[in-house]
Amino acid sequence: MFKTITRCASKFVAIAAVSLLAMNVHAADPIRIGSFLSVTGPASFLGDPELKTLQMYVEKINEKGGVLGRQLELVHYDDAGNASKARNFASRLIRSDRVDIIVGGSTTGATMAAVPMVEQARIPFISLAGAVVITTPVKEWVFKTPQSDYMAAVRILNDMKTQGLSKVGLISGTGGFGSSGREQTLKAVKEIGGIEVVGDETYSGSDTDMTAQLTNLRNVKGVDTILNFGFGQGPAIVTRNYDQLGIELPFYQSHGVASDGFLELAGDSAEGLRLPASPLLVPESLPESDPQKPVVEAYKSEYEERWDAKVSTFGAYAYDGLMLAVAAIEKAGTTDKAAVREALESIQGHVGVTGTFNMSADDHNGLKADSFRILEVRDGSWKLIN
Amino acid sequence: MFSEFLQYLFTGITIGATYALIALGFTLIYNASHVINFAQGEFLMVGGMATVSLTAMGVPMLLAVVLAVILAGVLGIALQRLAIAPAKNADVVTLIIITIGASIFIRGLAQLVWGKEYHVMANFSSDEPIQVFGAVLNTQSLWVLGVGAILVAVLVYFFTRTLTGKAILATSMNKDAARLVGIRTQVVLMLAFMVSALLGSIAGIVVAPITFTSYDIGIILGLKGFVAAAIGGLGSGMGAVVGGLALGVVEAMAAGYLSSDYKDAVAFSMILLVLFFLPRGLFGAKVVERV
Repeated sequence: MFKTITRCASKFVAIAAVSLLAMNVHAADPIRIGSFLSVTGPASFLGDPELKTLQMYVEKINEKGGVLGRQLELVHYDDAGNASKARNFASRLIRSDRVDIIVGGSTTGATMAAVPMVEQARIPFISLAGAVVITTPVKEWVFKTPQSDYMAAVRILNDMKTQGLSKVGLISGTGGFGSSGREQTLKAVKEIGGIEVVGDETYSGSDTDMTAQLTNLRNVKGVDTILNFGFGQGPAIVTRNYDQLGIELPFYQSHGVASDGFLELAGDSAEGLRLPASPLLVPESLPESDPQKPVVEAYKSEYEERWDAKVSTFGAYAYDGLMLAVAAIEKAGTTDKAAVREALESIQGHVGVTGTFNMSADDHNGLKADSFRILEVRDGSWKLIN
Repeated sequence: MFSEFLQYLFTGITIGATYALIALGFTLIYNASHVINFAQGEFLMVGGMATVSLTAMGVPMLLAVVLAVILAGVLGIALQRLAIAPAKNADVVTLIIITIGASIFIRGLAQLVWGKEYHVMANFSSDEPIQVFGAVLNTQSLWVLGVGAILVAVLVYFFTRTLTGKAILATSMNKDAARLVGIRTQVVLMLAFMVSALLGSIAGIVVAPITFTSYDIGIILGLKGFVAAAIGGLGSGMGAVVGGLALGVVEAMAAGYLSSDYKDAVAFSMILLVLFFLPRGLFGAKVVERV
């Protein structure tokens, strides 16, 4: 009798202790945000500011009490720009770290390598890479924060049209960014109408002189504007050659060179060229009525104060990714993966640094072409046109 | 029509002159040791990057150039003393592989010291390009051509008129015989590496305002320089100059008249053609096997 009572009691105590422990663990159990980024290697200019941004804002959110009363925990790996490493890390995040959501993938290659794992494991994934393929066609669990190059092309072509320009001489890099940009531009030209590509030249990333290509474009009959889609130092050389050849046509570049580093390289010869870019380059010239102004200004000043380095548009993609994840978890009220995915897909009017996100079942990017701002180089700095 | 042609020609000659200078560096070391020094592009990078970083620190341009060239020279000596000399009994292929390793090492070091960004260097003289029959010529191109011509003249003088130059030639022809007549062949080798580093760094400095400069600029320019040297016939100074200019002009013409997509393909098929019909290159020495 006594034995049974003690047994019962000890059982009860054990169960109570275990459940108490479980509850305790549950209350302290952090929300795990997984990330794989190209922090080192050739794409470190993407991954480095992205990681810094994630670390900084996870800390900030935790100081304010976390999300749903739970702390955030960032689990991150460095894929060094290598797609197969990215795939391994994605699998590690899903299987052994058991994260609740993934925000990462600095490059399109890394992102696409992780996509099959993510789809199979059914876990929400917000990518920080730009290419159209990531969200077109829509993949159930995959979202992304940067605009695609198609939108950049549309934005540029529309600005040309408002300037009364209709015959474009296109020059592009043969690297991934340039060749995708070229394809998207040709596609956008067909869809927009009233504008055509009359010349089509390319250069490779290691070329040191593009005067031959530019001379060809200038000599095309009727050409009234030139567009360069490229990345790295190539576009800066194109800009210099353009100036040396004394070409007077309006000159457009892509968002690939929307950085202060480009202005430094191209110097005076960049004067007057236009490009689509994130408002992050010109926070002080945004009008007070712009809903993005406070977000952009806050991100810029917080980042620069914390890291003592210039803010970059790539870091902003990570900022938007993290904030979208947090917003979705808050909206879902749980970290249940299906619920968070649902919530992500229904996010409307979320004001980020890159633009205002309106997600839907057939748009997992949620940005429109007009989230790009057209900037012009005047007196060696960026000037907001519209 | 004519102005177009002239434009492509200017472009080609400018790039070609750069290739020629790099090819000369290859030739020099090849002559002295039969080693193809794949770290040649790195000398070019060190010249440009050191000049940029020194001027950024406030050193006057001319002094910065001199210091950068000296730095490259020291690097050339160090490469020979620390990497090539210890393996003196190794065969040529091993030595070539050592130079590839050295180039990766130097590039890594440069990346740590100078970072990964591209840097600009101002034109030596006016930024205003010169108009010639409707084509434009960057003033820096004239600097590249001028400096290139002077260096070639100096090299010709060095090899034909000075005792040291002749010693290098003698070493390349027969190392043992050279040693027998009292030439210190190890010193000669060191000298060859130093001169070739000086040459490379000067090339790197004069082209930097046109190409920009970064820690990895030496890879592709070094490779193109090697192609130029091979077209001209390894070991021939004249061949290096002609090979470099030909490569540059063919590239520019291909980009202009054919398609910019196939520009590099044309350049690299040129080396195939030349080597197919003239296995020793355009100006390669006839080698007679003594039985």
